[in-house]
Amino acid sequence: MRSNINVEIALTHIFTRKRQTLVAALGVTMGIAMYIFSNSLMKGFGRFSRTEIFKVTPHLRIYKDDEISKPLVQATSPRQVVIIHNPKITTLSRTIINPYALLAEVKKQDYISSAAPQVNVDVFYQNGKSQLKGVANGVNIAEADAMFNIQKTMVAGSLNPLSNSLSSVVVGSRIANKLNLGLNDNLTIVSSAGVVKIMKIVGIFSTKNKTTDESKVYLHIAAAQQLVKEGPTYITDIYANIKNPDEALAYSQQLQPITTYKVEDWKTSYADILAGDLIRQIMSTSVSMAILLVAAFGIYNILNMTITQKLDDIAILKATGFAGRDIIRIFVLEALIMGIIGTTLGLIIGAICIQVLSGVYVGGPADYFPIYFDPSVFITSTVFGLLITIGAGYLPAYRAARVDPVAIFRK
Amino acid sequence: MKNQTVILRTQSIGKYFYEPIRFKVLDDVSFEAYAGEFLTLVGKSGSGKSTLLYCLSTMDTAYEGELFIEGQKVTGKKTDELAAIRGKSIGFVFQFHYLLPEFSCLKNVMIPALKLGKYSHREVEERAYQKLDMLGLKEQALKPASKLSGGQQQRVSIARALINDPKIILCDEPTGNLDSKNAQNVFDIFKQLCAEMGQTIIAVTHDNDFAKNSDRTIELADGKIISQDKEFGSSDISS
Repeated sequence: MRSNINVEIALTHIFTRKRQTLVAALGVTMGIAMYIFSNSLMKGFGRFSRTEIFKVTPHLRIYKDDEISKPLVQATSPRQVVIIHNPKITTLSRTIINPYALLAEVKKQDYISSAAPQVNVDVFYQNGKSQLKGVANGVNIAEADAMFNIQKTMVAGSLNPLSNSLSSVVVGSRIANKLNLGLNDNLTIVSSAGVVKIMKIVGIFSTKNKTTDESKVYLHIAAAQQLVKEGPTYITDIYANIKNPDEALAYSQQLQPITTYKVEDWKTSYADILAGDLIRQIMSTSVSMAILLVAAFGIYNILNMTITQKLDDIAILKATGFAGRDIIRIFVLEALIMGIIGTTLGLIIGAICIQVLSGVYVGGPADYFPIYFDPSVFITSTVFGLLITIGAGYLPAYRAARVDPVAIFRK
Repeated sequence: MKNQTVILRTQSIGKYFYEPIRFKVLDDVSFEAYAGEFLTLVGKSGSGKSTLLYCLSTMDTAYEGELFIEGQKVTGKKTDELAAIRGKSIGFVFQFHYLLPEFSCLKNVMIPALKLGKYSHREVEERAYQKLDMLGLKEQALKPASKLSGGQQQRVSIARALINDPKIILCDEPTGNLDSKNAQNVFDIFKQLCAEMGQTIIAVTHDNDFAKNSDRTIELADGKIISQDKEFGSSDISS
């Protein structure tokens, strides 16, 4: 009841200067819309590049890293002379020893959502004289499909035969094109161990990633083991997914003590792409912040002007019982109203932008413009918009509250 | 006829101006104003009468000495407390009307009461109508303040000063901007307020007739009270 009159005065000021209010609000609208647009775009890009990454990469990967030979006598201090030696890679086999015990141990961790063994073999694909280099992925197809969603990228055939047939293979689309092979044709695979296998193409996938599509094939894990002349305990990699991919680094560190093999998280493998994402994010945020700041100056200016024109009104309000904090409330409220109008319009325009752009076809691996509606962007932009307008309103309001009415009445 | 309740009292009020040089503008001013009294402050330009009025108004706090309103010491209170005291106990009429141009006359009158929050919105509106009616402005109530004549605007500002039934009404040249007819009208209203409502009016004026017809006149010169009586020709000397 008591504060009603403050609200009423603020609203009257706003209504009698609709035009200026709208101009100030539109500044905020621009800033908010820009903020929403660029952040949604960044989020969209981020999500898109992650989807691309997770098509071929697990969140965590356990593998045997190359070992470098160590000197016979270790130097215990930098000054000590050691036996000269020539460091070399001493990896004899890529296999993980006792892989199923390790896999069971990994699966026991409650933060792991799925884990699967894999045999990766460097191979050549041949059809007559044509030859391509690539990596054959020996997998349990059901587990691999759950992890990488291979089914979604299939363009022909089916994944199902891979679950029990050692002579079936699912190939990348570019391999099929380059070797002029189609479904049910035979593909010759030659491994680095000298094994030659003729396999039937039962499916073709296309991830729209060129490197993957022209080098990768999926086959049964036992077939891959045959290619390297190894038994069923030969496993080169254990792939694991966790619930929240963003915490991969922390969990990789948590997982590392379980095993002597290397645990690598996807963020380490793709540090370059993530760094690019981060820089784009910083750039777009600072641009939209700059626009919001300009909008804040607009509100600051208009309120300052209003106050300069209304010194008499402020003086009489103070004379008739309005305290300094009432005056501050009146003018901050005016700024807040401008901010609310501007922010609301900005949210609407931002949402329209997202709606329109997400339907724009851009082709390539992305298909559609990679922008998407993320509520968190709308929430943060609302908070930013309102905080900045309150800040911009407070400074002139504080000045108004300090107007000395005596100086006004005596002039 | 006069009620001898002290409604406002000053104790040795002194004040300096520092621009352009240190200068004592009020010097040891002590007086009392009584309930229902129509008091005028006169003096030459620069005598300190307006300065004194603004010290009494509680808006100017940079003075020496003490000020009591309704027996309560107001010197040294915080500005927000002073604002509350002004809202409740003091009405203001200035040379200019200082009406808020975006609001109707009615709203202008209502604002101080809505701020005070003593009555509901409905009651405040009713009271504002009463005040405007008393000042002969009932027909103008819903017009914007800027559409009225000077005399009418000044009467609206008087209605605004009266809305909270303050014990004290402080006026700074209330007729200074009015023609003689309107000035007489305002004077009559003040006279009536003192007599009927028991309100105390303290007015700074240059108008000798205005001062002459008031209950008591305090004359200042060089920041000092030089007379508290009716030396302006009235035969009725009050003590």
